[in-house]
Amino acid sequence: MTKRERILGWAFIVCVLALAPLFITSNRWIDFLELTLFVAVLGQGWNVLGGYGGQYSFGHAVFFGTGAYIQALLQYKLGWSPWLTLWFAISGTTAVAAMIGYLSFRYGLRGSYFALITLAFAEAFHVVSRSWSSFTEGGQGVQLTLNQDPALALATFQFSFGGPFMKAYGFYYTILAILMISYAATWWMEHSRFGAQLVAVRENEDAAEALGVNAFLVKMRAICLSAAITASGGVYYVQKFLFVEPGIAYGTAKSVEALFAPIIGGLGTVLGPLIGSFFIHGVGEIAKEAIHGVFGDRPGVDLILFGIILVLILAFAPRGLVGILERVWIRLKARGDA
Amino acid sequence: MEFLGLDLPSYSWQTVLGSAISGVFLGSIYALVALGLTLIYGVLHIINFAHGALLMLAMYAVFFLWKLLGLDPYLAMLIVVPGAYIFGYGLQRGVIGKASHGRDEIILLVTLGVSIVIENAALFFFSASERSVLVPYDLDGIDLGVTYAVYPELIALGGSLLITFALWLFMSLTDTGKAIRAVAKERQGARLVGINVDHIFAVTFGIGTACVAAAASLLVPTYAVHPQIGYLFVLIAFTVVVLGGMGSFIGALVGGFLIGVTEQLGRLYLGESMGVITISVIFILVLLFRPTGLFGQRSG
Amino acid sequence: MLDVRAMSKSFGGLKAVSEASLTVSEGNIVSLIGPNGAGKTTLFALISGFLKPDSGAVTFNDAGITGQRPHQICHQGLVRTFQVVQPFAGLTVRENIAVGAHTRIAGRAAALAAAGEIAQLVGMGTQLDQSAGALTIAGRKRLELARALATGPRLLLLDEVMAGLNATEIADLVTVVRKIRDSGVTIFLIEHVMQAVMSLSDYTYVLNHGAMIAEGQPSQVTKDPNVIEAYLGHGAAKRLLEMEAGADA
Ligand SMILES: Nc1ncnc2c1ncn2[C@@H]1O[C@H](COP(=O)(O)OP(=O)(O)OP(=O)(O)O)[C@@H](O)[C@H]1O
Ligand SMILES: [Mg+2]
Repeated sequence: MTKRERILGWAFIVCVLALAPLFITSNRWIDFLELTLFVAVLGQGWNVLGGYGGQYSFGHAVFFGTGAYIQALLQYKLGWSPWLTLWFAISGTTAVAAMIGYLSFRYGLRGSYFALITLAFAEAFHVVSRSWSSFTEGGQGVQLTLNQDPALALATFQFSFGGPFMKAYGFYYTILAILMISYAATWWMEHSRFGAQLVAVRENEDAAEALGVNAFLVKMRAICLSAAITASGGVYYVQKFLFVEPGIAYGTAKSVEALFAPIIGGLGTVLGPLIGSFFIHGVGEIAKEAIHGVFGDRPGVDLILFGIILVLILAFAPRGLVGILERVWIRLKARGDA
Repeated sequence: MEFLGLDLPSYSWQTVLGSAISGVFLGSIYALVALGLTLIYGVLHIINFAHGALLMLAMYAVFFLWKLLGLDPYLAMLIVVPGAYIFGYGLQRGVIGKASHGRDEIILLVTLGVSIVIENAALFFFSASERSVLVPYDLDGIDLGVTYAVYPELIALGGSLLITFALWLFMSLTDTGKAIRAVAKERQGARLVGINVDHIFAVTFGIGTACVAAAASLLVPTYAVHPQIGYLFVLIAFTVVVLGGMGSFIGALVGGFLIGVTEQLGRLYLGESMGVITISVIFILVLLFRPTGLFGQRSG
Repeated sequence: MLDVRAMSKSFGGLKAVSEASLTVSEGNIVSLIGPNGAGKTTLFALISGFLKPDSGAVTFNDAGITGQRPHQICHQGLVRTFQVVQPFAGLTVRENIAVGAHTRIAGRAAALAAAGEIAQLVGMGTQLDQSAGALTIAGRKRLELARALATGPRLLLLDEVMAGLNATEIADLVTVVRKIRDSGVTIFLIEHVMQAVMSLSDYTYVLNHGAMIAEGQPSQVTKDPNVIEAYLGHGAAKRLLEMEAGADA
């Protein structure tokens, strides 16, 4: 694809997402879009480290959860403004990432070992957040107070008592803004020296080192950016639901969601996590509808499908949906030119 | 009692010893779950994330054999172990091998995908509720003085030791065992001397799955079955494998006992919830400072 | 410019390099020859920071670089290539070379442009947008050279960049290597292709069983009885066999 086509493509996507609320009145569909964008943000967080850097984390919830807990606890315990706490949530999580990254990359852990150590950290944080009740409120979680004063909706970063527009679309535009910032950051990374070096390390760490790339430093920067993006998802979550507990924060669900979207959508591409998220949630909705008629409401259907799609993509389309779309696009263009 | 500035409760030596002994029983199960994992790691050089899901699946199989046919869980081994071997062989040959294009890091993702499918299929078909097998002997046992050991615990300990020994014999004496070791050591070389590496991978995966099915039979009399049970065990099995050294049988056994005892003592001194964290901490420390574990040869 | 003193390295019981010393002076093409398994690649790995020596020291441009990481050494102007080629298989030729260029160029567009120029220099100008994974062996060897050159080195360590190439390709590459030297880059190369060694090198070292057994002008060195023995002994026979096996395959 040419650069021009890419820019036009992005402009189109941004316009559609920004204008979507004008055409969608059903709450259910806004919720669907919001969830999809939220997972697309988590997915991009994972993609920066896993897709571009080739370091597969199986415990990315550690970054989501830490961001969420910092955001919630600073408001809950110290009464700080959410607009202030969010900076602490993101930078605090980045610090945690730097610690995990330092320990793992210093000792050269890769492949299975890196997957395991990230999983272990997520589990350790899970147990601590459940057990250290005096600090984290333990298993019952942190519940923030609901602001009911419409005048303070913006100041409290809580939109459910804001004006009709804010009430309906406030969090939609919040997650859209987070998405745009994080995707722009990823785009910038892809087109920078840092991104080129990160990809080089993924492809062949020894060769990259020989060519002057400080693999350790590059991986450190990647895990920090990755964590910052993932933590911003945690900030959104806490403001939207005003609640966080250990299972939501550090359970395996978030770690798994974070890796589905980019692998299915296309590893190491900016667009991949967004396309992947839309695809799996679209398929998930349809499947739930279909199953509902036959079995009633049962858990697990969507994840069964996601897992199967993941394996199929790995088997038949290692470049993900983006790879498939690109091929289709090239073929269409060739036909158009002929 | 004071330890590292922590104020720990004091117990009589009988209590501590009793706790440690129940840790040995628990550890034997961990060792058995870890055995299949470490075998697969030794040959394919990946952690099989589907291991826990396969354990859970085998436990359901044992449960339903008991529920529907009245088959004793230990006798069920005669069915689930060969069944698991065939399932594991087919899974590696038909799915994991095909989908991963021979790239280690993709195998990792494929096994994760497989585990998600199996776990959620269990949730879908069997729901999240716990199911227990009722055997007439589950509370009978022997009084060891400091603690009381029920027969299922004793059988699990004996079974684990026996199976580990049998696997070791198999690997040392049979041609297949030798071929597996050859592939584990030098994949390319093994291929050159005419070993069918894909077949050996699948055999290894089959044996690993058979081990976990044996573990399932030994577990079912004492543990209720539910879709998450595999995940809980496999997290510990990861720790055992890492502690023992990835790929080492003796490491799995020793690691299993160490973790079992540590967990029970951690529970005794730190309480139920904090006790669990001792395992996570061991896991992280070993991964960071001695990724080859106690008995391991190679690092990742 | 490069000074290696009494370098030793063992793998288990095997002494891969023992007490090897050598000097490469600026502006020269110096070669390192020796039978298979002599320890040449190991010596390169020791110099470039991929292996830690058991003993010995490396000085580059009057600064000690022993024990530094490969990327640090690269930034001082010393780069190696790999005998077993290590392309970034998923990237294009241009992107591969740009990784090297980023060592001295921060901007992405400028690095990609510089990659194009380097590719031209080593004769890969038409292959810029090909995937590196799809290159032939000759292409991959050239890519190794191009990437290393893109870092803007003062000293280039080339590990058998001509192995597996046919006569025309070798002649081509000999010209390229000369051109690189003429542009002011010092070259230290490992080579089995004697024709290339003879025509290129100003000075030659011979390694056998990890130890330096001879040095001097290439024409003199090849007459040295020690060297002939080293080659006609076990090593030469093995090499002939290997060449035959290679021809059969
Ligand atoms: N990482 C390693 N571990 C163990 N032994 C090694 C290692 N690297 C090299 N060796 C051994 O050290 C010896 C020297 O190997 P090296 O690759 O340096 O030889 P070489 O001179 O480059 O040979 P060739 O001409 O075949 O490239 C060989 O016997 C080799 O098997
Ligand atoms: Mg060599």
